[in-house]
Amino acid sequence: MRALTWHGKHNVQVDTVPDPQIVNPRDAIIKITATAICGSDLHLYDSMIPGMSNGDILGHEFMGIVEEVGPANTTLKPGDRVVVPFVIACGKCFFCDHKMPAACDNSNPAEKADASEVAYGYAMTGAFGYSHLTGGYAGGQAEYARVPYSDYGPIKIPDGVSDERVLFLSDIFPTGWMAAENAQIKPGDTVAIWGCGPVGLFAIKSAILMGAGRVIAIDHHPRRLELAKQNGAEVLNFHEVKVREALMEMTAGIGPDSCIDAVGMESHGFSPDNIIDAVKQETKILGTDRPHVLRETIMAVRKGGTVSVPGVYGGVADKWPIGAFMEKGLTLKTGQTHVQNYLPDLLQLILDNKIDTTDLISHRLPLEQAAEGYKNFKTNQNEWTKVVLLPH
Amino acid sequence: MPETDPISTDAEVASPAFIDKDLVEGEHSAASIRAALINRPRQDLYDYWSDITNLPSFMENVKAVDILETGRSQWTIVGPGGMDIQLVSEITEDVPGQRIAWTSSEGSDVDHEGWIEFKDNAFGRGTEVRLFISYDPPAGAVGKVVAKVLQREPRIQARRELRRFKQLMETGEISTSKAPDAAPRGDRHF
Repeated sequence: MRALTWHGKHNVQVDTVPDPQIVNPRDAIIKITATAICGSDLHLYDSMIPGMSNGDILGHEFMGIVEEVGPANTTLKPGDRVVVPFVIACGKCFFCDHKMPAACDNSNPAEKADASEVAYGYAMTGAFGYSHLTGGYAGGQAEYARVPYSDYGPIKIPDGVSDERVLFLSDIFPTGWMAAENAQIKPGDTVAIWGCGPVGLFAIKSAILMGAGRVIAIDHHPRRLELAKQNGAEVLNFHEVKVREALMEMTAGIGPDSCIDAVGMESHGFSPDNIIDAVKQETKILGTDRPHVLRETIMAVRKGGTVSVPGVYGGVADKWPIGAFMEKGLTLKTGQTHVQNYLPDLLQLILDNKIDTTDLISHRLPLEQAAEGYKNFKTNQNEWTKVVLLPH
Repeated sequence: MPETDPISTDAEVASPAFIDKDLVEGEHSAASIRAALINRPRQDLYDYWSDITNLPSFMENVKAVDILETGRSQWTIVGPGGMDIQLVSEITEDVPGQRIAWTSSEGSDVDHEGWIEFKDNAFGRGTEVRLFISYDPPAGAVGKVVAKVLQREPRIQARRELRRFKQLMETGEISTSKAPDAAPRGDRHF
């Protein structure tokens, strides 16, 4: 089959690789009809996340048609249309039992789990196409993918619903939704969201559905700010304003009730702390993340407020404003998305036309042009807001 | 304050986290203990483990276990450099539903002892399983280095075997991303 493979920093290409096989009883093989490039793929593209090997297949947002199922899979059958969560979870361990599939104990193979246990103090859960720290599974930017524990994660899609409307159930829609849920929004609250990329946009949509009175979105790309505005947010361009002061002004000195960091480890901008972080990040030793936005959310949120972090961080950060965090009495909620928990309800929101999941798609490309998609999604974020790849 | 029993867990567990070496050091030069919480009833786990012919299903470097006579079994293990290691193992303790201990018999290629314990979690979270492995690595110190390079050093072996046991007991299968079938690759990594 054809698949997009990683060959080092800013180097991805479409190769011919062997077809995936059923190897475990609960596996399924999915013929992929649509897959997307995610913002967190750019951390791999930029070599910011360790544990990649030459030739690894990327991609964790995908959907398709069931081609074949293993003998223990009684829920799926060939021909079913499914969206596959990016989190690989067994559905049987303590964490899956307690509605925390993104903390699944079993999906990272034993020989791969050691590395993240040393790095993070626990073994990371498996994920598709996201380095050997999360299990070394092949991703979905390919013609076919093997889906482990496929009787637990994937959700069946009714006929007559287009791929584009449901594809983002695999990651960015539940990620934006959980970001808003983690922000503990109460009706009428003011929510500030840093980053108007795909997750930020879904966080805006979700916050409004959850009853936020006011959403303020922060970015510097005009096209992304325009999308945020169309979705009901007021917007701030951080090249034009001092963000915390603007937020204080807009909220009459109180600050937003909740702040969402939908940016993560590779924040843009030329604030002094961000420039120092970027220099340290290049060394891979002095620092691995640029937590400028995380610091700014803590400084900007109101006393007793909540900071929610869907943005991906990978390593260690310093200059953590622990004084402000403690003295203001803040709550911080974060974590990889428990995708499986949200799928039935979010699919229903789509079927009921309560949310437009397609307005952020800017480009649709054949899989063969995936490398062009990565390059532009990275370097032209204003125009390339979301790229969908079509392998067949 | 009325006197009540402390609600903390029993800290007298054998673990490398505790400094008392008598608890964690075996007779042999390399030893390790590893604990896992398994979301299955204690008796099920004991039953699976006590049929030792099941063990190659999750012990990656055990090629075969052949029952010799009551309490004794012949093990064929993949050793450093791919050569087979033979050992005869003898059950020294078997507390049904709770604990199995074993040791190697004379004439084995590797002097070895181990035990596994099954205990109900006090808070209803399934079964606590602790695995202890101690052995003299083949060919002394050099063998230990080789074993470590091959990631069969006991500390790594204990945690990987327990992880695979947990995966098999909880999910019915062992997670894998081995190329090429489970996870195809581009060039290299076949």
